[in-house]
Amino acid sequence: MATLVLNEEQQMLKDAARGFLQERAPIAEFRRLRDTRDATGFSRDVWAAMVEQGFAGTLIPEAHGGFAFGHVGMGQIMEESGRTLALSPLLSSAVLGVSALTLAGSEAQQADLLPAVGQGELLLALAVDESGRHDPECIRTRAEHNGSGYTLNGCKTFVLDGHVADRLIVAARTSGDARATDGVTLFLVNPDTAGVEVERTIMVDARNAAEVRFNDAEVPADAVLGRVDEGLPVLEQLLDIGNAHLAAELLGLTQEVFERTVQYLKERKQFGVAIGSFQALQHRAADLFSEIELLKSAVVAALSALDEGDDHADQLCSLAKARASKVAELATNEGVQMHGGMGMTDEFDVGLFLKRARAAQQTFGDQRYHARRFARLRGY
Amino acid sequence: MTDLETFRRETREWLDANCPESMRTPMQSDDDACWGGRKWTFQSEDQRLWLERMAARGWTAPDWPTEYGGGGLNKDEHKILRQEMARIQARSPLNSFGVWMIGPAILKFGSEALKRQHLPPIVRGEIRWCQGYSEPGAGSDLAGLQTKAEDKGDHFIVNGQKIWTSYADKADWMFCLVRTNPDAKKQAGISLVLFDMETPGVSTRPITLISGSSPFCETFLDNVRVEKDQVVGEVDQGWTIAKYLLTHEREMIGGFGRTAAGSKTLAEQAVDAIGLDNGRLADDMLRAEVAQWDLDARAFELTAERVSAQAKAGQGVGAASAMLKYYGTELNKRRQELLMALNGTDALYWEGKGGFDGSMPRHWLRSKGNSIEGGTSEIQLNVIAKNILELG
Repeated sequence: MATLVLNEEQQMLKDAARGFLQERAPIAEFRRLRDTRDATGFSRDVWAAMVEQGFAGTLIPEAHGGFAFGHVGMGQIMEESGRTLALSPLLSSAVLGVSALTLAGSEAQQADLLPAVGQGELLLALAVDESGRHDPECIRTRAEHNGSGYTLNGCKTFVLDGHVADRLIVAARTSGDARATDGVTLFLVNPDTAGVEVERTIMVDARNAAEVRFNDAEVPADAVLGRVDEGLPVLEQLLDIGNAHLAAELLGLTQEVFERTVQYLKERKQFGVAIGSFQALQHRAADLFSEIELLKSAVVAALSALDEGDDHADQLCSLAKARASKVAELATNEGVQMHGGMGMTDEFDVGLFLKRARAAQQTFGDQRYHARRFARLRGY
Repeated sequence: MTDLETFRRETREWLDANCPESMRTPMQSDDDACWGGRKWTFQSEDQRLWLERMAARGWTAPDWPTEYGGGGLNKDEHKILRQEMARIQARSPLNSFGVWMIGPAILKFGSEALKRQHLPPIVRGEIRWCQGYSEPGAGSDLAGLQTKAEDKGDHFIVNGQKIWTSYADKADWMFCLVRTNPDAKKQAGISLVLFDMETPGVSTRPITLISGSSPFCETFLDNVRVEKDQVVGEVDQGWTIAKYLLTHEREMIGGFGRTAAGSKTLAEQAVDAIGLDNGRLADDMLRAEVAQWDLDARAFELTAERVSAQAKAGQGVGAASAMLKYYGTELNKRRQELLMALNGTDALYWEGKGGFDGSMPRHWLRSKGNSIEGGTSEIQLNVIAKNILELG
């Protein structure tokens, strides 16, 4: 049975992460980066401080200089960063990049890259999607064997933090047609390689999701991550991990927007009373409270299933992401509505949560995608 | 071998030797349960034996103190007993509002004399209890109850009417909320009293529900004499105990959202009803609804586990019971609606052998009461809004 309650160490990590993020990466910092159209998209100083806190090494094995604190631990940091909308390469590099290396990397690749990733000096990004709708089983980007290495052609979209990444982890097809289950291979690509073009795209949540184009980009044979033609199962595990952590981030965001909304209901007066005294609003808030309680359980169950190597980790990750997406959508919509006209202003933060929620929902599949996957994994 | 390992081995051996074979099969319906009491007719010799043997060890109330007939088991031993019973699919020897509700309340709030009088017969399944809470004018507004108890020195005279009394017609004793002080503020003038259903002036009338069954009664109290030593806790302090019992009841009813071990999941029932096409449920709209229900139900199960794990870790769970009751009962109603939709007109057979022998529409209709009994969904939302969110 999954562990559903944090142990003392995990609780301490969560508290420390909350304190740090609220001080160093509050929403004011998010606004500053957005409003100055910062070229990096996050603060290198804050990132260096996060690294000092050990955030970047949370999932890295001790042998490679990390803390091996597990997914439950990392999830607490993600949850807290959801509360402050902290901008950083935590998801792209410290979660997805590190997990790609630990799941599929050779000993040499791990020894070469993980320490630098843990030190925050080397940033990784995962390039998987090729169209607006998440569909990782359809890979059209091709990698052809060219004697000494591979030649890449194709286009990836929505590559999180792709514009600042030092290495791209690219899912490309080495054999078969677009939907073949065999024939996908993961590559570690240096974006400076000739024929690789990276274009920063600014999305509604003011985060970075680059478009990456490959035009006869040649990479050496040792750029292969894992086994040739057998990358899809690894990719699936990687996406499970990403979705569990996105669910954790959405949980943090959802709790924050809910708490702020309940506070507003107590402060805002109309007809001479606090609007929170109206039952029409009380019942909606109480229903949302219940949905969030169920979300907490789904998120911690998914994270601990990943740590424990549970056979049904895939189901639990889809459960967590589906529920996180559904509840975040409800909480942010209710948040805007219950803040009334103020909820529509840029001055109030509730709109920022709304925008981030939709982007996080769509990253690696929304509630509909994951409900479908959950049904398939459960045999119907 | 540790004490717990020894306990497990001995428990397993005892159950193997003493649980009759026919009591090791899943109950087909609620009708197979044993409720005990003076009016009870055992459905089989095995049912009688199983109750007697378990009661003799106090295992019908495993965690009650042995001095009152209970099993005296600690938490770990109680868990082992449950596990070992589940291992051989042993039925519960006794369904009992005595064990579930008034017994724990007497243990917590009652006098020594009340404990000695009432607890042992509950453990033995000799006395069946019913709960006199709701009144025609006091449903969601339970504290507005009007049944009055007049002080006559050494006893009270009780007059009033109760409604939605579960199995009042089959019960031997009632635990009943009455107004002992008409001048005090609503909650402050209420007491919890106990009386025998054979006391002159007590009469019951079953209420036929939309499902056709009659699990609830109206209970009329006409100059009923209640001895003063049958007050649980202090006079006028009954609301505290009532709230304690309501929380208890919510937790029980909230369990409805969970799929009982061994029974078919909704997804399996959906496959039985409409079949698979290419590995997917053959109706894509229903597939989406079943998947959404399945996701919510799984998250609900995890939440019930998390709440109990937190309770064990000594972390407060607060008004979690209101949330579990609200969500669990709404889930069960959704499940029943989906089963009806999945089975189309087959679900509609009321009589005869067609469809599901009439069981499906009855379960569907019964489920409508889940979000009414034990505090409506709207009351649970009020509790969450006021007690947890502090919206006033």
